[in-house]
Amino acid sequence: MRIPCPFCGPRDSQEFSFLGQAGLKRPDPTAPDAQKQFHDYVHIRDNKAGVTKELWLHANGCRSWIIVERNTLTHEVTGSEFASPVTKEAAQ
Amino acid sequence: MHYSVFSIISQAFKGQKDWKPVWRYPEPKPEYDMLIIGGGGHGLATAYYLAKNHGYTNIAVIEKNYLGSGSVGRNTTIVRSNYQEPGNIPFYEHSLKLWEGLEQDLNYNAMMSQRGVLNLYHSDGQRDDYARRGNAMMMHGVRGDLLNREQVREIVPFLDFDNARFPIHGGLMQWRGGTARHDAVAWGFARGADSRGVDILQNTEAKQIRVENGKVVGVETSRGFIKAKKVGIVAAGNTTRIAETAGLRLPIESYVLQAFVSEAIKPLIPCVVTFGAGHFYISQSDKGGLVFGASLDYYTSYAARGNLPGVEDTIEEAMAIMPSISRVKLLRHWGGIMDMSMDGSPIIDKTGIEGLYIDCGWCYGGFKATPASGYCMAHLMATDESHPVATALKLNRFETGHVIDEAGTGAQPNLH
Repeated sequence: MRIPCPFCGPRDSQEFSFLGQAGLKRPDPTAPDAQKQFHDYVHIRDNKAGVTKELWLHANGCRSWIIVERNTLTHEVTGSEFASPVTKEAAQ
Repeated sequence: MHYSVFSIISQAFKGQKDWKPVWRYPEPKPEYDMLIIGGGGHGLATAYYLAKNHGYTNIAVIEKNYLGSGSVGRNTTIVRSNYQEPGNIPFYEHSLKLWEGLEQDLNYNAMMSQRGVLNLYHSDGQRDDYARRGNAMMMHGVRGDLLNREQVREIVPFLDFDNARFPIHGGLMQWRGGTARHDAVAWGFARGADSRGVDILQNTEAKQIRVENGKVVGVETSRGFIKAKKVGIVAAGNTTRIAETAGLRLPIESYVLQAFVSEAIKPLIPCVVTFGAGHFYISQSDKGGLVFGASLDYYTSYAARGNLPGVEDTIEEAMAIMPSISRVKLLRHWGGIMDMSMDGSPIIDKTGIEGLYIDCGWCYGGFKATPASGYCMAHLMATDESHPVATALKLNRFETGHVIDEAGTGAQPNLH
């Protein structure tokens, strides 16, 4: 499996480490149901069969966090982007 | 027919005419008391113990493929109970005790072989860690023997004891552990369940769990709607896909684990050996093939096939303890989908939807748990209460903080 790093270009997947589902938003700790929200944030995942968006770290490369679009049924990688603009936007 | 030496001898004189298929291929009934989704080891065991221990016979197991086509037929067949956490040891020990009587109980040869499971340690610190695990086992009445280097050498002299990086200092042995014939376990439970009236519906895929007013009413399948008062999800790697149809979101991610079999060689490895400096386990089947595996492929997948980096990693670990097998050829390798839970331990619990039960999160240790998983799931479905050895395996333990994290790696399933 090759992963197209937005900075380095296509690289072997072994250079990357895998964190998991992208797009999880850290809950507001002052919310009344913060405990429930944090439980979901830490433990509950979509675990989709099909096209997913995941966080990967190019650990043995440029050390960028990237969001990879990948099909979990076929291992086909269809796109990637830097994670930081996306996560910053989501945090606002 | 009851299997025994007498049935074999008598059939020899009758031209082998009386052997019958050991399970039926029934048409689905419109309604059952209970439905089990998943005809793997755990699902079949659940049906078997529901029939045997609790007297339910109007039940069915639905399996989307053929019987035993999933992980029960593609694992490394290891059976053991050398766990450390209080929530796990009683459960796995219950399982090992069931394994010890399983063949008599099922009247089926599962080739259960208590050849021992030896966990190697490679440093003084790791010896202390294994001593602690052995002590934890003994506090629950499970024997573990801490062996020194020479005692290990007597059992497995062919290992690379003086490896420069990972010298072998000794091991923790559970003599009661071992291996069993995985397919036969599925077939034995299927035969036992079928003979008690359980319908095993192969090639019947569960499409949707139908829930009305917070109560389960049945399952939409590829062969039509089947009504049921109670439904158990025992779907291993596909658990979240089917649970999703009932609106459930679970602390589970699915990953691929690869396993390997080599060409057959003369008897070499007398027990199960695990490598302590990485994650690698190997045993030898009765046919002579070396059966081994290592860690997960480290990203989520439903592909049921692995990638080459996983193969390379496994083979490197094999070479680190057994350079003597470097010329042995691989016969085949394959991948299965693992339902990895967030703490590396299983879940057998109610779901919050009335009549819907779940048995999942087996990570890549489900085979050894097969009998107890079925036993406890059957107990839960029949009585609505957790079996005493499975009280810690709750779905809500991630909310309450009572996680059972053997590896201590936190909520990151690919590290368990």
